[in-house]
Amino acid sequence: MSMSVTELVEKARAGHRRSLARLISYVENQTPEGAEVLHLLYPHTGHAYTVGVTGAPGTGKSCLVSSLTLHWRQQGYTVGIIAVDPSSPFTGGAVLGDRFRMREISGDDGVFIRSMASRGQLGGLARTTFDVMRIMDAVGFDFVVVETVGAGQNEVAIAKVANTTVLVEAPGLGDDIQAIKAGILEIADVIAVNKADRPGVKNTVRALKAMLELGHRKRVISHHGMIMSQDDGAGTIVDDMWMVPIVETIATEHKGIDALAEAIASHRAYLEESGTQLQLERMRLREELMDRLQTTMLKDLLQNIDSKTLDDVLDQMVSRQLDPESAVMQLLEYR
Amino acid sequence: MDNRKIRVLIAKPGLDGHDRGAKVIARTLRDAGMEVIYTGLRQTPEMIIEAASQEDVDVIGLSILSGAHLALTPRIMELLHEKGMDDVAVIVGGIIPPEDVEKLKAMGVAGVFGPGSDTGEIVRFIQNLEIV
Repeated sequence: MSMSVTELVEKARAGHRRSLARLISYVENQTPEGAEVLHLLYPHTGHAYTVGVTGAPGTGKSCLVSSLTLHWRQQGYTVGIIAVDPSSPFTGGAVLGDRFRMREISGDDGVFIRSMASRGQLGGLARTTFDVMRIMDAVGFDFVVVETVGAGQNEVAIAKVANTTVLVEAPGLGDDIQAIKAGILEIADVIAVNKADRPGVKNTVRALKAMLELGHRKRVISHHGMIMSQDDGAGTIVDDMWMVPIVETIATEHKGIDALAEAIASHRAYLEESGTQLQLERMRLREELMDRLQTTMLKDLLQNIDSKTLDDVLDQMVSRQLDPESAVMQLLEYR
Repeated sequence: MDNRKIRVLIAKPGLDGHDRGAKVIARTLRDAGMEVIYTGLRQTPEMIIEAASQEDVDVIGLSILSGAHLALTPRIMELLHEKGMDDVAVIVGGIIPPEDVEKLKAMGVAGVFGPGSDTGEIVRFIQNLEIV
């Protein structure tokens, strides 16, 4: 396909799915065309509602995404899905198996599913997932749903890019001590306890509820501490009274999905009415700006330093003549 | 394009329920550093082409053990052509009688790998394809 990026962008915005797929590849591969794609599409972003779905491997994230999508489709909304699975740290290869569980929605014209490998990025997403979300947003999907890598305790990147983060739990995965640990539970805006037909579901819900009630005040602080750092005037939102709802679901039987969709909708209404939405967006962009600035400045700096200089500095560090911080200062001279 | 990975869709069209071979190939290609989208059993040609299109894959690997390869493959090749996806290479694995191999290749299939194929050979075959 040797079409210009401008042409591809036009076609994708008119609903041509193969063009959309190609735009995503450009961005995913971080090519020069990819930068152009984002440049052209950025003005059209900001309309989709973004939902992140995260949780431990095997809790049923893919089935839940599929079932939720079916629900939204019945209401007439279109849905773009990004399903992230891990890349091998050894070979860089990946088996992307989430689409396999979404077959009930895979033939639908109002649904577009893209699998992404994490490509070495930690945190549960790929480096370019946020940009791919933007593409789906700009071509007009009403909802953009991101399913993260099967998450452990620290894969919290999704909370920074999604409007609503749904944490999927399942019975039997841990006791109430797991529930009071820091990390993934803190980023949940909505909790789905999936596989609710399994034994132990009442205990799981009870432990999560107890944690949420205990942690409410702390949550306000950590919520702002994590997502809103203090030097951003985040102190202006002190009335964060969002109570995280817990919804029981059985994704494979489409049970509890209405309640889950409703919980997401009320979180959305809360964000919009409280003005939190706009402030979160600004925070998110600030963080992205800092990130990109860092990457670009590092790249620029490294262009001025030849490999011999770098090796010399390393030699001095190995021989304990130079400590790491002083080494940094020395290299910064090449700015 | 240094961040590019070879993307392969592994699918099982038709009705036979034996997906062991498809999983072995998925795993092998993963270990060769490729990104493999596994779509599983009982896929229609339409589902396979739609998935390949959304995922922007370079290669489609079909596993067919039902004997229906001469019915399913032409439809898949036809759909690829209709969608302007002639740049996607198709390889077929499974139970393919020797006399059908040439027929499949005449339809535009790039490679056919029957039982006992060396997985390393499949990897090399894909790596050597002209990937645009």
